[in-house]
Amino acid sequence: MALNGKVPAGNLTEKWTKYRATMPLVAPNNKRRLDIIVVGSGLAGAAAAASLGELGYNVKCFTFHDSPRRAHSIAAQGGINAAKNYRNDGDSTYRLFYDTIKGGDYRAREANVYRLAEVSASIIDQAVAQGVPFAREYGGLLDNRSFGGVQVSRTFYARGQTGQQLLIGAYQSLSRQISLGSVEMFNRHEMLDVVLVDGKARGIIARNLLTGELERHAAHAVVLATGGYGNVFYLSTNAMMCNVTAAWRSVRRGALMANPCFTQIHPTCIPVSGDYQSKLTLMSESLRNDGRVWVPQKQEDAAAIRSGHKNALDIPEEDRDYFLERRYPAFGNLVPRDVASRAAKIACDEGLGVAPTGLAVYLDFSAAIERYGRSKANMQGNHHADQKTIVELGERVVEEKYGNLFAMYEKITGENPYKMPMKIYPAVHYTMGGLWVDYNLETNIPGLFAAGECNFSDHGANRLGASALMQGLADGYFVLPYTIGNFLSNDIRTPKFDPNSAEFVQAEADVKGRIDQLMNAQGKQSVESFHRRLGKIMWEKCGMARNAEGLTQARRMIQELREEFYKDVFVPGSATGDYNPELEKALRVADFFEMGELMVIDALNRQESCGGHFREEYQTEEGEALRDDANYAYVAAWSYSGWDTDPVLHKEDLVFENVELKSRSYK
Amino acid sequence: MEIYFINLKLFNFVNSSTINFSTFFAMENMHLKLKIWRQGGKFAPKGEFVTYELDNVSEHMSFLEMLDVLNEKLISQREEPVAFEHDCREGICGTCSMVINGHPHGPNAGTTTCQLHMRFFKDGDTVTIEPFRAKSFPVIKDLVVDREAFDRIIQAGGFISASTGQAQDANAIPVSKELASASFDAAACIGCGACVAACPNASAMLFVSAKVSHLALLPQGKVEAKRRALAMVKQMDQEGFGNCSNITACEAECPKGISVENIARLNREYISAAFAFEEKEDKGGGAG
Ligand SMILES: Cc1cc2nc3c(=O)[nH]c(=O)nc-3n(C[C@H](O)[C@H](O)[C@H](O)COP(=O)(O)OP(=O)(O)OC[C@H]3O[C@@H](n4cnc5c(N)ncnc54)[C@H](O)[C@@H]3O)c2cc1C
Ligand code: SF4
Ligand code: FES
Repeated sequence: MALNGKVPAGNLTEKWTKYRATMPLVAPNNKRRLDIIVVGSGLAGAAAAASLGELGYNVKCFTFHDSPRRAHSIAAQGGINAAKNYRNDGDSTYRLFYDTIKGGDYRAREANVYRLAEVSASIIDQAVAQGVPFAREYGGLLDNRSFGGVQVSRTFYARGQTGQQLLIGAYQSLSRQISLGSVEMFNRHEMLDVVLVDGKARGIIARNLLTGELERHAAHAVVLATGGYGNVFYLSTNAMMCNVTAAWRSVRRGALMANPCFTQIHPTCIPVSGDYQSKLTLMSESLRNDGRVWVPQKQEDAAAIRSGHKNALDIPEEDRDYFLERRYPAFGNLVPRDVASRAAKIACDEGLGVAPTGLAVYLDFSAAIERYGRSKANMQGNHHADQKTIVELGERVVEEKYGNLFAMYEKITGENPYKMPMKIYPAVHYTMGGLWVDYNLETNIPGLFAAGECNFSDHGANRLGASALMQGLADGYFVLPYTIGNFLSNDIRTPKFDPNSAEFVQAEADVKGRIDQLMNAQGKQSVESFHRRLGKIMWEKCGMARNAEGLTQARRMIQELREEFYKDVFVPGSATGDYNPELEKALRVADFFEMGELMVIDALNRQESCGGHFREEYQTEEGEALRDDANYAYVAAWSYSGWDTDPVLHKEDLVFENVELKSRSYK
Repeated sequence: MEIYFINLKLFNFVNSSTINFSTFFAMENMHLKLKIWRQGGKFAPKGEFVTYELDNVSEHMSFLEMLDVLNEKLISQREEPVAFEHDCREGICGTCSMVINGHPHGPNAGTTTCQLHMRFFKDGDTVTIEPFRAKSFPVIKDLVVDREAFDRIIQAGGFISASTGQAQDANAIPVSKELASASFDAAACIGCGACVAACPNASAMLFVSAKVSHLALLPQGKVEAKRRALAMVKQMDQEGFGNCSNITACEAECPKGISVENIARLNREYISAAFAFEEKEDKGGGAG
């Protein structure tokens, strides 16, 4: 299959403007006749459903949550980027574009990324108009902070709850459309298949999670905004219910999965504490504005800390290794996530880890507390403040900036991070890979669109902090509502689709078959136990560092585990007439097996290191990622037809006309 | 308004930042007796308490991880696991919702169920776990309740009418830091419903007032403030939530520290709105 990204011709800076101006439009009276299904009510889905409803389409929006407001986007902490240049620090659309392409290690499509940077400013305007209470300065204007991988300050934030506030904004707009009748909302409904009629996406099969009933919903187009698949790893910072099913079921119907091995491991998460652990908690990247990452220089100090004979405060300044500042003086603690994660792993591999498990490094705020405290004291005219006053004042500043994160840390660990450095370790956080889409955000299945984290489009091999919220909202508010018109303008005379047609009936029967297979297995092991085992394979063999041998093993192990799963899984309860969360989980884990195997295959295929994909065989002498642009400057988009045939690779070559491919340096 | 400035300490009888058992000893094998409300499936349609014994509970577990362990045990005995809702497990999505030892989200102040850790329990404790109880939150199964009434209240008017693409430059309207911060404090509500579960009248005033305040405090939200207050209160009454009689249990149990000052603000908005619009609707419970 030849992959055509459908990037419009012309100058990079003019593509979107010109394209938008020349796109076929759907007249208002015709919009009313067109039905659109939006699956997902996170930032991307809620923004898309609300905007499409405002435009006059008939929208049906689905979420498996009990309310659209609970989507995983709610948990985003740190902030959202936009090229507003409010700081006057040299930011621009081009610079945001360039930072994103470089941060993604040159594995994203230029035109999409430029468009993202272009619309970023409108997102902030829109959010403010909706009442998102972003942080302000004393003059009443919006405040900014810095995130990793960039040297400007372009991140807008609402304390440590930026995702919550942005999602509430989108949810409120969505609620308004629901009340106006342009959007019909289906809570507690899980999409379990996409339905194709004449090769085009024309509906979905959804399961009502309260009754177990399968429902057929038809429409002229289907938009997936179903989030990322990080939970393949079992432990991740994602919410517990995040899953790949909607995207994967589309792959099973012919959609392509792009760059599945590109997963982001976030450097600053609370470390694992025991076997019962169900998820990992992120400590926002914004903390690296003020926190310094270090480990003891001496292995004996690290060992003493691990055994509880010493703590961080016992290690004198000269015996600490601020390894990010040492290795990357230009960016210091604010290097991109992949670089910071790997550096922490290397430190722990060298025996310098500071948790009993050996897997943790320090994130220390004492210098920031001192600095802020001194400046605050000076502002108050107290130029000879004593240490105690300085620390008190400094702690208050830090609390104002990160209070909720510090409180969250203390709740989980029982330690006070104002007094004792945080212990952190990398964890799975975000998936850059996802459904392959063209410039219109349309998959290779006509009429099937993908927005937000569930597509692969903008972040290449590594996403910069605060750019996922930007992308989800760009897709939902400012891109998809326009580009979907390209497809729908051909459908203005197409009558409503019949959900009782043969295609729908067959798809429903297929779903029922999958459910019965799981219910009937009646084995001995819980779904959770299989998920845990799958996650362990993925983390160990396809996590922060990968190699051909491990990946080959992993593929075999996943296949064996999958067979065992279908033979020996036990799903209690019944499939209909009852609310059955175990069955929901079983269906999701079944799809994680296939996705996990594809990730491993993709990681094996990509014989280079780039961004979050680190193949141990391909590194520089200093241990940095070694890209191979001559052979791998392409998007790997896979089709998958079943267990018995190998997935097939389709390549979209990445053409860089506006940036020069360089080896990424943050030194 | 003075009536609302109650000493919060009264309710913070366990303060998470001062008591830290883990620094004294590490418990890896607590034994707990769990009295859990089971409803639906093979249990009584109207519900009943069932007692379970659980060993080897580690103090490092979260409360929900402890329930995960119980469920794994039940599944291994081919029994139906306890249904409970959760998602983010970090206190922000508002999905988790149970009443633990009589307190929505458990005994710790400012803590959601998913953020509660087992180090706050002792070996041998009996823990009672039930669903949020309120007429407007019908039980679906075990500990799971239906909170869609909250969505309908927001749909009635809990928004600013700003369609995509209509916005002016974000810095065109300066908002003072204090105002933005006060608005944020109200906007921090996670829509969990603990305030309703805590209230003897099952009133939703804290939730509704938090939304009204969040939006009304901002210049962008002022335009529709009156209409919003009226519409939301009306929907709240229609959903069958009870009246507010200033008991303030909502504030004490709210995991996000939403203040009852918001209720006072809602009352002001509501009263002036009712005059302004000369609405003839039945004000029912009104805004309390
Ligand atoms: C802890 C944490 C902090 C983060 N912080 C930041 C940050 O500070 N800045 C930043 O830019 N990014 C951040 N991110 C990343 C960012 O939050 C996500 O990438 C983004 O919110 C994803 O949005 P989304 O709309 O694509 O998907 P989601 O918010 O995941 O929404 C998915 C939606 O799809 C629905 N859904 C999924 N499958 C189905 C199905 N089969 N049937 C029906 N419904 C379905 C779900 O119910 C949900 O409504 C963070 C991520 C995490 C985990
Ligand atoms: S006001 Fe508090 S208790 Fe009530 S829904 Fe909001 S966060 Fe929950
Ligand atoms: S599970 Fe999200 S708040 Fe508790």
